[in-house]
Amino acid sequence: MDVSRDSTESAPMSEARPDPQTDPQTQSGFTAPTVAASGSAQGSTTRDRGVGTVELKQLNAYYGSTHAVRGVDLAFESDKVTAIIGPSGCGKSTLVRCINRMHEEIDGARADGQVVLDGLDLYDSRIDIVAVRRAVGMVFQKPNPFPTMSVFDNVVSGLRLTGASRGDIDDRGREALVGAGLWEEVKDRLKAPGVGLSGGQQQRLCIARALAVEPEVLLMDEPCSALDPVATLKIEELIGELKQRVTIVIVTHNMQQAARVADTTVFMLDGELIEVGPTDKLFTTPDDSRTEQYVTGKFG
Amino acid sequence: MSADQHALLLDRGNLKRRNRFNKAVEVVSTVAAVLAVAVLVIVVGSVFLKGVGALSLHFLTTPTALFGESGGGISNAIVGSAIIVAIASVIAIPIGILIAIYTTEFAPPSIAHPVRFVLDILNGVPTIITGIFVFGLLVEGNHQSGFAASVALAIVMLPIVARTAQEVLTLVPSTLKEAANALGIAPWRSTVRITIPTAAGGLITGSLLAVARVAGETAPIILLSSIVSQGVLTDPGEPLASIPYFIFQSSESPSATAHTEAWAAALVLIAFVLVLNVVARAFYARSRKRMGA
Repeated sequence: MDVSRDSTESAPMSEARPDPQTDPQTQSGFTAPTVAASGSAQGSTTRDRGVGTVELKQLNAYYGSTHAVRGVDLAFESDKVTAIIGPSGCGKSTLVRCINRMHEEIDGARADGQVVLDGLDLYDSRIDIVAVRRAVGMVFQKPNPFPTMSVFDNVVSGLRLTGASRGDIDDRGREALVGAGLWEEVKDRLKAPGVGLSGGQQQRLCIARALAVEPEVLLMDEPCSALDPVATLKIEELIGELKQRVTIVIVTHNMQQAARVADTTVFMLDGELIEVGPTDKLFTTPDDSRTEQYVTGKFG
Repeated sequence: MSADQHALLLDRGNLKRRNRFNKAVEVVSTVAAVLAVAVLVIVVGSVFLKGVGALSLHFLTTPTALFGESGGGISNAIVGSAIIVAIASVIAIPIGILIAIYTTEFAPPSIAHPVRFVLDILNGVPTIITGIFVFGLLVEGNHQSGFAASVALAIVMLPIVARTAQEVLTLVPSTLKEAANALGIAPWRSTVRITIPTAAGGLITGSLLAVARVAGETAPIILLSSIVSQGVLTDPGEPLASIPYFIFQSSESPSATAHTEAWAAALVLIAFVLVLNVVARAFYARSRKRMGA
């Protein structure tokens, strides 16, 4: 705890932007055991059991003086999909943005506590923030392919711009597209602009882009909220297929979606974790009365 | 609905007055817009009509004649202007874009805001003052030169390039930067490989507009590069001829031929500025499309 507190307090915005010159060193300085252990987690192969486990310990997040996430203790299991539900403003997006340390990119935002990925505290002062993002990928609400890049260049952008070796790139890009269930649809237009795809395809492109760097954890912040029902369904199916390769944490407004995709569901309210349990149980026989009220539509 | 309520709907009362006022505002603002277009058409039209007579290949490819002789052209002025503006661009465009990148991508607001404010003030500095400053810096105790004129024009260009580049870079959706961030791409790399390519069209636009703006700048040129030798000169260490100064000098002359030549040179200058503006717009349109605006 003390170590992580120190690291966050001594890591203002400026430190979150490492000097490009020192960057290659710090990249290699982050040797998450996970990356080495499952370096071959490509295509549809599964990874070693237990790799990609995330534990939050007394996690607090703030925006200025607003206390957005309050002392959350929570574990995200490997090979499982965890959904986080709760009313707007309950801190669920903030919580997942702490896992890849994107939260602190916002002016005035900070976090303390621990986020432990496979035994390694991501808030440790020795950890390079850029390297964290390679181990913990993220997909956003609105599909955000890079507008100057083709479909394929988008997929491999993470690889290219983080210095992967050239020979690797084509294969890994292809595998990522296959993994995101997009290969068949785009194989004939890999060189067309990424923004020319439909909204659902764009979002799967973004998932492919996140998968290409082979993260251990994939955070999805309401990934279907800008999509139509058919595209949503495709992404939900994809989530089911991906969970053997990557630990998935999905924030959703849609309780039916949580029920469909998640093994475990977390209910948050006013920045606090109210209840966590197997999805079936949480939706049918929750322990907490507030959870029951929320899942039965009495508020939110 | 009863008849009484219908009567209320039919009673237009002050609605009539409001409609008239509405109409009046619409007419006045339309007239203002037409006036702006008319001014441009009149300026360009009169320059064209008065200058086109003297414009010829000979005029464009012959250096200015000796004082008192006729039959000269503006080739030396075109070359001189090109060199002066080119050197100014080489100085101002990279620095301006770097300033914009720093303030939009890296600097905290407490630094970015003052820098923006300073650029706005610099943009408002009369060019004659920039000219005098450079005169004191480079010419006094030395001699006039094309380079000194370039430095002055670069100072005029800098805030234009930097401010337009800032505007364009802030248009790049933050979601793209966020996406790059979340992929573990270092900030400097994502700026170079994602933000700048996305904004490229707009950056080119700003630079071209700045070039167009200073191409006709006269005050600093009079101070810094006006005592020119004969013939086509290319050494920026010496004073160089320029189109704006040629226009100024010829229009001061009592000779009617010189006046027509001034109009012709003005036509060349305005054509250059117009073409540059049109090209700049095209780049801007492309850039906006990329950024989904």
